[in-house]
Parts: sequence; structure tokens; C-alpha cells
Amino acid sequence: MSKVNLELPSVQIREIRLNSITGYSGDAKDLVHESGCGIKDRNRTFTQCIGCSNGQAGCMASMMSDSAVISHGPVGCSSCFHEYNMTYRVNAPIHHKENAPRKIFTTNLQEKDTVYGGVKKLSETIHEVYERTKPGVIFVLSTCAVGIVGDDVESVCDEAEKELGIPVVSVVCEGFRSKVWTTGFDATYHGMARKLIKKPEKRSEDTVNIINFWGKDAFGEWLAPFGLKPHYISPFNTAEELSHAGEAAATFQACSTLGSYLAAALEQEYGVPEIPTAPPYGIAQTDRWFRAIGKAFGKEDIAEKVIAEKKEKYLPEIDKIRKQLEGKTAYVAAGAAHGHALLDVLGELGMKSAGASIFHHDPVYDSENPNHDQLAQRVGDYGNVPRFNVCNKQEYELVNALYKAKPDILLARHGGMTLWGAKLGIPSLLVGDEHLSMGYEGLIEYGKLILDTLEHDEFVKNFQQHALNPYTKWWLTQDTDYFQRGAK
Amino acid sequence: MANYSGLIEQERYTCAIGALQTVVAIRHAVPLLHSGPGCGSMIAGFFERSKGYAGGDTSPCTAFTEKEVVFGGIEKLRHNIENTYKVLDTDLQVVLTGCTGGIVGDDVESLVMEYQDKGKPIVWVDTPGFKSNNLVAHSSVVNAIIDQYVSRFEEENEPRSERNTVNLFASIPYQDPFWKGNLREYKRLLEGLGLKVNVLFGPESEGVKEWQQIPRANFNILVSPWYGKTIVDKLKREYGQDYFWFHYPPIGANATREFLEGVLTFAVEQGAKIDSGKAFSFIDAEENSYYEEIDNLASFLLEFRYGLPKYVHILHDAGYVTGLSRFLLHETGIVPVEQYVVDNTPAKYQEQIQETIRSFSGKRDIGVTFLPDAGLAQQKIREVKEKHDGKGLIIGSSWDGDLAKELDDAYVCAAHPMELRLVLTTNYVGFTGGLRVIEDVYNTALKIYE
Repeated sequence: MSKVNLELPSVQIREIRLNSITGYSGDAKDLVHESGCGIKDRNRTFTQCIGCSNGQAGCMASMMSDSAVISHGPVGCSSCFHEYNMTYRVNAPIHHKENAPRKIFTTNLQEKDTVYGGVKKLSETIHEVYERTKPGVIFVLSTCAVGIVGDDVESVCDEAEKELGIPVVSVVCEGFRSKVWTTGFDATYHGMARKLIKKPEKRSEDTVNIINFWGKDAFGEWLAPFGLKPHYISPFNTAEELSHAGEAAATFQACSTLGSYLAAALEQEYGVPEIPTAPPYGIAQTDRWFRAIGKAFGKEDIAEKVIAEKKEKYLPEIDKIRKQLEGKTAYVAAGAAHGHALLDVLGELGMKSAGASIFHHDPVYDSENPNHDQLAQRVGDYGNVPRFNVCNKQEYELVNALYKAKPDILLARHGGMTLWGAKLGIPSLLVGDEHLSMGYEGLIEYGKLILDTLEHDEFVKNFQQHALNPYTKWWLTQDTDYFQRGAK
Repeated sequence: MANYSGLIEQERYTCAIGALQTVVAIRHAVPLLHSGPGCGSMIAGFFERSKGYAGGDTSPCTAFTEKEVVFGGIEKLRHNIENTYKVLDTDLQVVLTGCTGGIVGDDVESLVMEYQDKGKPIVWVDTPGFKSNNLVAHSSVVNAIIDQYVSRFEEENEPRSERNTVNLFASIPYQDPFWKGNLREYKRLLEGLGLKVNVLFGPESEGVKEWQQIPRANFNILVSPWYGKTIVDKLKREYGQDYFWFHYPPIGANATREFLEGVLTFAVEQGAKIDSGKAFSFIDAEENSYYEEIDNLASFLLEFRYGLPKYVHILHDAGYVTGLSRFLLHETGIVPVEQYVVDNTPAKYQEQIQETIRSFSGKRDIGVTFLPDAGLAQQKIREVKEKHDGKGLIIGSSWDGDLAKELDDAYVCAAHPMELRLVLTTNYVGFTGGLRVIEDVYNTALKIYE
């Protein structure tokens, strides 16, 4: 039963929808097994700053090219959004868009607003923002204070939408609502699916939606032999461009942690089928991916041809890299699906997995299709991952795990993680472009980056000797999941 | 209390819990957030490169869920405090409450007092985001530490027992991007006068030991248009320490000399034992090396024919708008035109700040607008573009880079948010700070010709 319900103003949170968890310690094989039988989350008795849904919701809202974003809350709840201005600036050229400053606003909620409500202020702000920016869409993000006070944000947005004639989207993403940070993505996608994407009047048979962040255009070349072209959603889309997502022939996710909900909404509400396979990380999955595309469009022969060509062209170089990486160990720290992807990549390159700190775990995605389960595939394709820790971004657990695992390299996707690799003298690599390590080409490109990082370890070796470390000796020698076990 | 309550585009400061950076700036201190899960990353994202010893992802946080919103989060906080002592090696713990903790009404005070009674160096402060902003809450944090921590060491630190020692309250850590360098320079300059200085924050401070000795100081120095005022008021009440108040960061020769001479006079009045001759020779020597550079530079300023900036718009806090306006006008010849104070200066200080800026010139009225809505300030700058001849200069945050490009103005990034510039230990205050501002302004202007 799909949990997508666009009638509701707010998205159902991941821990309810998908039974997602934020604490686990064991190995990947057991986690895959337990995921199928109602796994229970573990609470911690010590927690550090995590990040909240609001940040992820703000990311997707502000990365659209003609959006304005209003954080309905105190001034602090949007204070990291300027980072998306930088992200947009850096990546706009890749997506053939002009750079333009992001339109970021806060209603600047005051104490009196928490007593009398901030509804009037919000309504005035929406109108002022419209006058100032003439956007294609306005997103209104809710915050903890507003959530507790109980402002009816949805009604204010609906009313403004009628008056202004543009979509005004309420995004319910208070930090306390969900323990899973990625619920914020779902919250904005829920709003997009409700208010921006239109019922298709026609089908665009050669277009495939690709739900992604801001990676380079890897898919154009891969889809071309099938006579298909990608429509990347939703960053760098105007509201008008995104409105056509319902017309595509299929949807595919570059990251299942990110796109799970939107892909399911597109299938259920707009009849756009989701390609039933995980993203192409590692050769095994890349081949499956091409075959899935072939199957979906009745072009299985082309898939086989593409696969054969790729093997011929890239395998010799991949083999060379494998030889150089033989016996090296890698530790992965990343958000769920991309962490699994990195585990695939290091498995394919012949490296040994020293363990992983993965932010959360979705036992199943919204499609409920087991073919999307990258972790199960990783275990099947390349073997088990020992010391698999679902860490909820808890730095102390990562530091503890790394301290003990002592891998040759740390592979990360999100900011803040590589610091601890470097402090412990471990060469550390962060790649922000989620497409970079995909496909045969990606194995070579990412493999070279790993080799380069291993080779140039002078900085981390020097830094290690002088780095600050606030963690106690006691902590570094405890079990990583010490505080997940209810220790007081 | 902050007084602007309207909408804000492109915020240039953050909410009250942003004052957790005041804790991060104290050596080996740790902020413990009793808040939603994302407050810490919002603040880290605002300042960037602001982790310090135990800030950022290292800071403990109770990470409210729906359960704590309904049933309260005090037990979760108890666990977090207890386990902070096991996991992190810190000298001072400061619990800061966010919106959730604030609205739910957890009795944080009683809990923290339990640990205080056990002798733990722990303090709490109420900082829900909707109550104030980080500039105001900076003082709340400092005052809470004085009340709940410094006060415990009064016996061994007799008030005003060191005639030549001063406590300095100037840059707000992190909110002033140049805080580390500035505090180092203030300290060097004041030591040059013969004083011993507690700067309390950053690498130039001895951390909690220095905080414990706050009462010993003979008097305090406040360098600020408004923030921090409640700290020196409090210390006056508690320890009888009077304060010397300089209303803006002294940048360049004129303001720095005035500042140092002011401190000197005040110190003597307060009974400090100062060798005035030596102090004045120090100031003279500093000033001489400053003017040696200006002398070398003057021909460039006067003769470079390819469009150096003639006028400047500054979007910054009240201190920098004031300090930079004075400096740029008198010591570089760049005329401050419409200025925008984006720090939510309380109404009662605005007239005084305007008066100070007016006093810098007998010839022109420098327009100052107090407007935290920086997006609107940008719009106003666009609208006056036609009024001004020659090349413009914009000093502001990274948001203002695009505006400068649009208006074909030169641009210096000197305020948060600051993703387009790295600042490590650069100082903008003092004689050397003035020279650094000159480098930044004219290098940016020259870059156009690269």
C-alpha cells in the first residue's frame, strides 16, 4: 500500500511511512535481513547536533531557479540557507542556467507571535515577497516554534495562492516532527507533487525524469542510445518546467534516499512509472540499470549492446585501478543510499570494506520494490560489510568507529565527516557530485580520486599530529553503540 | 531587546541560540543545546568554519522530537549532561535552550543547579530563537557565565585588586568575522600602554582561568555601539568596575589614537599605574609606522587614473558601519554615502549612532538607515545608483557580491554570511587593521584590471 496521500497538507514522516531507523550496530547482512521483519529503532542516551528536516526542505525549495522561500519562524531557522546560494552559483553553469541570487526570506517570528500567532504576519510576508521577487513559486517552510503554536500555514498559503495566481506551497518540516533528516526532502516533494506538478495532458515518450541534487549531466549520454533524454528534477527547474514532470515516460532516482517519495508520487498520481532498479553504482548494478531501461522501453537489445561496448572500452582501465587498490581498506560515512552506493563502488574496485557510518536506514522505499534495495545488492554483489553503524550523524560514534577501524581511506559524501578522518591521519575523500562515481566511467573517475587521495597523504599526516580532539580516551575505547544500548 | 520585527530578506545575523558561538570561542568550553535537532547546524551553516573545539557537530543537543514537545525533554537533557562529562573533555559547559525547550517550559535551571551543586562548571541560559538574536544573546551568555560560574571564584579573586588589569568587551566572537585578529590587536595595543588585558575569547585568552579572574580587573573597556552594554553594566553593579566606552571599532590612525588616549586617561583616573611617557611613545611609534605606509601609498591614491572607488555603501553592524565610515572618509578619501546598519540595533541607541557618524564630517550628512531587511537595503542602493558619480564600493556580506557586480561597483566581503571569503586571524581594528582594510579595498579595485 503506497503511503503517498496528496490530500493531506503534510507528508507522513519516514519513521511511520517506511519504518526508517536512526540507530543500528552490527553488519550489513543482518541489517538487510532484519529490515524485512519489522526492525526496531534504537534511542540514544547521548546525542549531538543532527540537522533537521527544515534544512533539507529549504535546499530543495531554494534550488529551483525561480522560487522564493519563506521560512516562517525565528530568524535562525533559515540561517544556513545562504549556502544554497553558493551551491546554485557553483552548479548553475553545469545546468545551463544563469546564476541568480536565491530569494531567501524569514518572517522573523517574535515572542509575541508565539503568543498571538503569526498567521497575519505570514500572509503579509507572502504578499511582500511576491511584489519584491515576482517568483514562479513561493515555498513556505514551517519551523518548530510555528509547529508548536499551531499556525494554520496551509490555509494562509491557499488563500495567497488564489490572490496571487502563482503556486504558494506550504512545506511542513518542523525539526521536531521527524527523527529522520531526509523527511525534509519528502516534505518539499510532497508540496511540489500537490501544487506544482500538473496532470499530464500528453505523454512525452522520450523523456525520463531523473530525481537528483545538482550532479553533472551523466545520464544524457547513457539514455541517448535508447532514444531517451533526461529531465533532471527539481533543482534548476522553473515552476513551469517542473510542472511537466507528470508527462515523462518514466522516473528514475539518482539517490533513493532523496527521491523515494517523489518517484512514488509521480507513479501513483501522474502515471509515470518508476524504473524498478537502483542507481548505477558498480558494474553489477550498472548492467542491471541499463537492462532495466532496455526492458522498460522494449529495447533490451540496445541495453546489451551498450553494456558490451562499455565493457570493452572501460574494463581494461578499471582492472588497472583494481590492481593498484588491491588490499586497501575503506570506511564509508554518508547518508543512506549514497553510502550504499559508495560501498558498491569500493567493492567493485576490489577494496575491502572496513565498516560504515550511515546516517539512517530505510528498510524499504516508497515503491516497496526490493529491486531498489542497494544495501541488499551490495551484500549480494560484493559481500558483507562489517561494523555497519547507523549513526544518525552522531559525530562521536563516527570518531569512535574510525579510531578503531583505522582504514586506509575514508570516503564521505556530506560535510563534516572528512574532518575526523584527517584528524586521525586517515586520507579522506569527499565528492559532492553524486553522479561522479556512477557507471563504468564513474568507477574510473572515482577510482583515480581514491588513488590520488591515498597518494597525497602529507597534509593529513601532518595535521594528525597537531589536531584538536575533545573526545575522552574513555569514549574512544567504548563500543561504538554504547549509548544506543540505553547506557545512562 | 531587539526591536525590528518585520520580515527579513537575506539575514545578516541569526537567532538567540546563535550565541552558542560565544561559548565556542572560550577555550575548551562546550555548548549543550536543549533544542530541536537542527538548531546547531543552522548556526554552523550561518557562520561556516566555526566549529572551534567542541562546537558544530561536536556540540551535544537533546534534539527534540514530538515526544519531548508533548512530555517535556528534561530527562533527555539530564542524560546528555551526564554523558557529556564522559564523552567530551571540557572546562565549561553552557546549556542553551532553543524554541522547543523554551515553549515546552522545561525547568532547565533546576536541573543545571543540581550539577552546579556538585561543583560542575556548568551554566544555563535561556535563548529561544524567537526571544532575541545572537547579538543580544551574546550578552546573556556572558552574563550567565558571570552569574553562575565566575561568582563561584570571588573569594580568591578580590574585586578590583589588580590596578592595571582590564576586561575587554569588543568583538562578538564569530559574528564579527575578524574577532580573533581584532582581540589580538586590542590586546597588543593595550599592553603597549602598560595594561594587562583579559580578552576572554579566542587563542589570546587563557580560558576559564581568565574568566575566574574577571573581578580582579580595575575597570572594563567596551568597544561597541550597543551590544555588550549590559555586560559592563552588570560588572559595574557586581564588582564596582567602571567602564570606558568607545562606541565603534577603532580602525586606522585617527580612531585608534583617540581610543588609546581615551583608555589612557581613563586608566589614570581609575588609579592604574601607568608610565604615560612610555605609553605615548608607544602610540607615536605605532602611528609613525602607519603613516610611513600611507606616505608610500599616497601617490597611488592620488594618481592611479583607472577608476578607484570614490564612494562607499556599507551593509554591516552598527560598529563597522561607524568605524569604517570614519576611516574610509578621513584616511583613504572614499566618501561614505548611504549606509545600512543591518544588525537590528535597538531604537534607543540609534540616535546616538547617527550622531557619532554625523560628527565625522562638517561638510556632508552621511545617511544611515537601520534596516535588518538587507534585501530591501540592496534595493535602496540600486535606487540611488544614479545619484553618485564615479566608481562605487560596497562592503558587506557574500550576498552583496552579486549586487556589486550588477552595479559595476568594487566589493569587499567583510560580513556574514561569508562564503566568498576566508578570514583566519586578520584584524581590521587598530593601526594595522586600517592598513589591512586599505589592502582589501584597493586590491579588490585593482582586481578589476586583472
